[in-house]
Amino acid sequence: MPGVLINIGYLIASVLFILGLKGLTHPRTAVRGNLLGATGMFLAVILTLANQRIVSYEMILLGIVIGGAIGAVLAVKIQMTEMPELVALFNGFGGIASVLVAGAALFESADGTDVPIIQLTIAIAISGLIGAVTFWGSLVAFGKLKGLVNESAFLFSGQQVINGVLAVITLGFAAWVVIDPTNGFAYWGLVAAASMLGVLLVMPIGGADMPVVVALLNSYSGLAAAANGFVLSNNVLIITGSLVGASGLILCQIMCKAMNRSLTNVLFGVLAPVGGGPSADDVYAGKVKSASPEEVALLFDAARRVAIVPGYGMAVSQAQHPVASLAALLESRGVTVEYAIHPVAGRMPGHMNVLLAEANVPYEALKEMDEINETFDQVDVALVIGANDVVNPVARTDPSSPIAGMPIIDVDKAKTVVIIKRSLSPGFAGIPNPLFALDNSLMMFGDGKKMVLEMVAALKDN
Amino acid sequence: MEMFIMAFTIFVLAIFVGFEIITKIPPTLHTPLMSGSNAISGVTLVGAVLSAGAQQTTLTTVLGVLAVIFATVNVVGGFMVTNRMLSMFKKK
Repeated sequence: MPGVLINIGYLIASVLFILGLKGLTHPRTAVRGNLLGATGMFLAVILTLANQRIVSYEMILLGIVIGGAIGAVLAVKIQMTEMPELVALFNGFGGIASVLVAGAALFESADGTDVPIIQLTIAIAISGLIGAVTFWGSLVAFGKLKGLVNESAFLFSGQQVINGVLAVITLGFAAWVVIDPTNGFAYWGLVAAASMLGVLLVMPIGGADMPVVVALLNSYSGLAAAANGFVLSNNVLIITGSLVGASGLILCQIMCKAMNRSLTNVLFGVLAPVGGGPSADDVYAGKVKSASPEEVALLFDAARRVAIVPGYGMAVSQAQHPVASLAALLESRGVTVEYAIHPVAGRMPGHMNVLLAEANVPYEALKEMDEINETFDQVDVALVIGANDVVNPVARTDPSSPIAGMPIIDVDKAKTVVIIKRSLSPGFAGIPNPLFALDNSLMMFGDGKKMVLEMVAALKDN
Repeated sequence: MEMFIMAFTIFVLAIFVGFEIITKIPPTLHTPLMSGSNAISGVTLVGAVLSAGAQQTTLTTVLGVLAVIFATVNVVGGFMVTNRMLSMFKKK
């Protein structure tokens, strides 16, 4: 097939990718959007197979069959609660694919390409660098989300210095690749140094900051693909890579804003050590009231508007289905039920929404923080399940707190707040939560799923 | 150089297109957005297919085939899991 036709086909594929992403602007059109994206990908691959550089199809087919089988099994088997791990893993695979493609391009003779040598080598170095950081960074993120690696921040003295030195070494190897592209050692040295950098950059980042990291690595995987596009002088790769790069960056920005922290602070900073603030005993002593599921069920009976505030704890205890049946039961009795979702609740952007959608909660009931905060004083019962820092009123009141200025869900403005939690232990920020000691707060100590199921049973008995 | 500037122009313009579209995507769909955009970034498969099929040396073929495997996991897994998630989002 002549090159012009192939390039027109690539243009159509790029348009399909853009329309596909545009479809995601509404749940109604999203499924179709995803299909458009998949169609674009199919077209791009088919066109590539028509390229005259290809002499044999067996190896391609082998790779596609193996990769397709692994991908399909992962996509079908994965639990919705494990979605952050899967996305982290996929980001990493995108990164390593870019490393391998750039490596292959480096060792191929430059005959078939009309890309200027300097663009080629710089793009190869950048693909190798970003790709390797993405791959290893994503594997560490995967390990942390899966619990294989300690989820808390891993810090040691001199960390910044070591990272700095490693960054310089990595850039040195990158320069070497550009200057002497025929030297294979330079490229693998670059990949090795960038891999270590990827591990060390993600190790110090703790569990609750994972949404930012996963979004950032998503962006990197896109940029690595774009860099591959410069290597091959292929527009569909450049366009797609930059779309994904932009997407990840925007999500990063949204997450950071929702924590009132800068990206640099999330990546390199540490939450201010707790010292000045009040101790847990001062905050809680004698003021925390606990309630049984039966007592809370009585409260629900008298309520007209209920807001459910889910956090990572809901995912951990797999409580989304019982929560949804509680909501359905209340609605059948004329209670309005909404879900108040903080942007950083869970371990990736939109994590809570997917879990609740899985439990058949209609998407109209999922409210964004800003929207529901305006009317929280009209909520009769706020049910907080597995969330802590994102409902801590200290963020509004104490400018010296580590979470000062972070936008929170104003559950304390509801007439009654019910908090399901195993104990009074602090959240990621490591500070006590005065919400638990408010006059209108009731604690339900126990596992999220079990407590909700008991409430449902008690409501049915009433 | 001219070729690079052309490619770079496309890169910059595509980033702007990305910003315009992605900022309109509601937070409810941010997880499918990540998995879906991830699947799309598996377009590296295009480059991988070229290296695996050109078979210049054993090394480049091996690198190419490995790249095809990783990129295909990304593409197939990404689109399928996104579809699975999106079909769960229902109206009342």
